[in-house]
Amino acid sequence: MALLEIRDLRISFMRRGRPPVRAVDGLDLDVDGGQTVGLVGESGCGKSITSLSVLGLLPKRGVEVSGSIRYDGIELLSLNDDARRSIRGREISMIFQDPMTSLNPVVRIGVQITEPLRRHKGMTKGAAMDAAERLLRRVGIPAPRQRLGEFPHQLSGGMRQRVLIAIALACGPRMLIADEPTTALDVTVQAQILDLLKEQVVESGTALMMITHDMGVVAELCDHVTVMYAGRAVEAGNVRDLFAHPTHRYTAGLLAAMPRLETPRDAPLNPIPGSADQKLPWDDGCAFMPRCAAATAACGRGLPPMQSTGWNAVGGGLDEEHLHRCLNPAPALAKKAMTP
Amino acid sequence: MNLLTVRDLKVHFPIMRGVIRHRQVGTVKAVDGVDLDIRATSTYGLVGESGCGKSTLGRALLRLVEPTSGSVHLDGTDILSLREEPLRRMRSRMQMVFQDPMASLNPRQSVYATLTEPLAAHGITMSAHQRQLHVRELLDSVGLPADAADKYPHEFSGGQRQRIGIARAITLKPDLLIADEPVSALDVSVQAQVINLLEELQEQLQLTFIVIAHDLAVVRHISETVGVMYLGGIVEEGAADDLYVQPMHPYTISLLSAVPIPDPVAADRPERIVLRGDLPSPADPPSGCRFNTRCPFRQETRCGDERPELREVAPDHKVACHYAEAILTGEITPRVESRTTVLTGEGRTSPQ
Repeated sequence: MALLEIRDLRISFMRRGRPPVRAVDGLDLDVDGGQTVGLVGESGCGKSITSLSVLGLLPKRGVEVSGSIRYDGIELLSLNDDARRSIRGREISMIFQDPMTSLNPVVRIGVQITEPLRRHKGMTKGAAMDAAERLLRRVGIPAPRQRLGEFPHQLSGGMRQRVLIAIALACGPRMLIADEPTTALDVTVQAQILDLLKEQVVESGTALMMITHDMGVVAELCDHVTVMYAGRAVEAGNVRDLFAHPTHRYTAGLLAAMPRLETPRDAPLNPIPGSADQKLPWDDGCAFMPRCAAATAACGRGLPPMQSTGWNAVGGGLDEEHLHRCLNPAPALAKKAMTP
Repeated sequence: MNLLTVRDLKVHFPIMRGVIRHRQVGTVKAVDGVDLDIRATSTYGLVGESGCGKSTLGRALLRLVEPTSGSVHLDGTDILSLREEPLRRMRSRMQMVFQDPMASLNPRQSVYATLTEPLAAHGITMSAHQRQLHVRELLDSVGLPADAADKYPHEFSGGQRQRIGIARAITLKPDLLIADEPVSALDVSVQAQVINLLEELQEQLQLTFIVIAHDLAVVRHISETVGVMYLGGIVEEGAADDLYVQPMHPYTISLLSAVPIPDPVAADRPERIVLRGDLPSPADPPSGCRFNTRCPFRQETRCGDERPELREVAPDHKVACHYAEAILTGEITPRVESRTTVLTGEGRTSPQ
């Protein structure tokens, strides 16, 4: 059993006089200790909402959540607010995208880091400050004692993101959720932060759920990846399998549309036509169908099932099956062809 | 032939303090001595991290911010000496595409009004019918349907809005188009559409492009020549193929080694250079080579006290580093603490 098990998660937002928006529509996801699982997709595909529902941070009104989120055997969705609060920050922590808006600008760094320590662990102020200093040193901030007395605006973007990671790590959580943690950062600083996260997973055995839109970050950091489109998982598998043989037309299209550093410079980009704005047509078949070049009439009838691709030759054993939700999967890439 | 020639361009911003005695307490040297030679109908890519001055440089070329000193010549005309009215007329030949299409389009203006306003501003008279036709052609050339003309920006997706921004920029048939992060606000699947569109338009309209971006792969794809900026200066410039294959400046080397590669097999690179620390403040840049505080190749002599000139090290490949040749031949290697071995998790070991 995995540390975090999401089964058939459905999240809909109610709208007055109109049918609800199904932001997440039947998602299955497992994350285990020492493992990094990527959740990839474009803006609006439901990846951030999924992470908020794990933490219990979705608004109470107007949102319907069903399915199951089990953490260490406990069903999170049936817990009351107090019980969820005691898990949040202590067992599962979150690192948000924009370090400037997720730190309180008028509260000193030291107070913000010690808050979870004092709340969850009942530490005294002095002990918490000492712990905070160790945490800042751990995430690579020079002169940590002095930084504790400073305000967020006195730090650079990379430093602020390190502070956020320090806060997330404060209580020694067994699971971290990082929502686009490096999107607001420059590439050289991004490399530093990714190394830091990788270290945490490998050395402390933390489970990491990495939400990102950057396939480069996925390839660099994740062991397992789930690609989402319009609220549903469309492809999932070991990261090596998925990159070596993307089978869902959306994943394959995404990888073909990116300019890359390692391919010839004048290799043409093959964009996916249209945009993901019109969503929720999963009822009448595949939501990607309007943008898909390989769509057939069958794609428009009912929900395609999540099924094995038959391609997991590179990375995984039987427990890491490569799944996709596609009736007309992309053919094997010629250069990386292998036997199923 | 060069369309745009820039010599020793500087943009300095004063730092003011005090309410009663308003006085200058420092200077941010956002752009500090940049030379550019941009060939007609070519694409020049400008990369660098946030705060390096690349956007300020782009704006200074159009005099959207006033340069402090230096010269900018567009097709022989000295842009910096133009007075208000001649400059305004000159602007029809140089246009800009901005990053955030939602913020750079007027939400209360229909697409038709957005696309015809430049005509009115530059005194180009057309009959109503001609204007209609012109707008339809523009929309067609950026791949939008004709009925888009009567809609408003909020009715479009991000990619479509960026197409409107591009259509507005080419309304007056400019020679030079400066695009500041044209695709960074867009989803990956849509980015490629806009990149392809820019390339098609360049071909059709014989445009000269300056593309400013932080995404190294995007810049490589679209540009013939690439300039890398660090703290207000260009540290390396060369043909895209050379520069990415054989980067010579320590900053470019580190920057390229930091880009995550979307291939898990290649991602298990044995070694990569991770820069320590952040960009120093441009208000108080380091003396000598500006990169010397973070440079993994820093030497005891020259780096700390002598600012390196941008010099031609190989044909069409300029580098601002005292030790470019020694780094290239491997005589100087990066310091050990800046080299990291990429940790691999379970199941991530190389198949070999």
